[in-house]
Amino acid sequence: MFGICRTPIDVAAVEAGMREDGIGGMVTFTGVVRERADDDRVVDGLTYESYEPMALEEFAHIAEEARGRWPGTHIAIFHRVGELRVGEIAVAVVAAAPHRAEAFAACAYAVDQLKTRAPIWKKERYADGTPGRWRSNEGPTAP
Amino acid sequence: MTVRIVAFARIREVLGTAERALTLPEGARARDAWAALAVESPALDALLSSTRLARNGRVVAGDEALQDGDEVALLPPAGGG
Repeated sequence: MFGICRTPIDVAAVEAGMREDGIGGMVTFTGVVRERADDDRVVDGLTYESYEPMALEEFAHIAEEARGRWPGTHIAIFHRVGELRVGEIAVAVVAAAPHRAEAFAACAYAVDQLKTRAPIWKKERYADGTPGRWRSNEGPTAP
Repeated sequence: MTVRIVAFARIREVLGTAERALTLPEGARARDAWAALAVESPALDALLSSTRLARNGRVVAGDEALQDGDEVALLPPAGGG
């Protein structure tokens, strides 16, 4: 299950959709909008946008790779777009597997991969009203 | 030929639009689309090294040949999560 969401992600519904008889462990990662930027400035919120068709394809590739590495694993990835406030969930990744070790590993893998590969972008909006900045996960950041 | 440019994040702001048509000579390659846009928006030059180009949803090299009707996406470094 993959999605780009314009409204809050229903994590419980995603988890419920992953349950099946062969699953013995599920790991859920939720990425949340933090109050402070890396430079400690207070953040009013984050604005996300995506190239949706390509993002959904990338989610599917990542899940397929995880399944290749940890057989029997299922991955769900949902990412929010639009204007988010501090405390809101920006991304939810659920890994379901026969045993917990694969579920933990596959979840971490999927989160790491989506952060560098999925065509999704975020702009920090600052509480002090200074201009927002696009923040990259790949090294130097554009002004 | 005419291609459709879709731009995101910082690049969208520099271009001033999320989507536009761009007319290029026959035989144009992906890098030619970028160069044509940079003539109009010189601030793009500084972003070239960090930008990936996608043709119809696939990331391509600069020498990828374009065809009429293609969608060319300008993708800044990822920032999801």
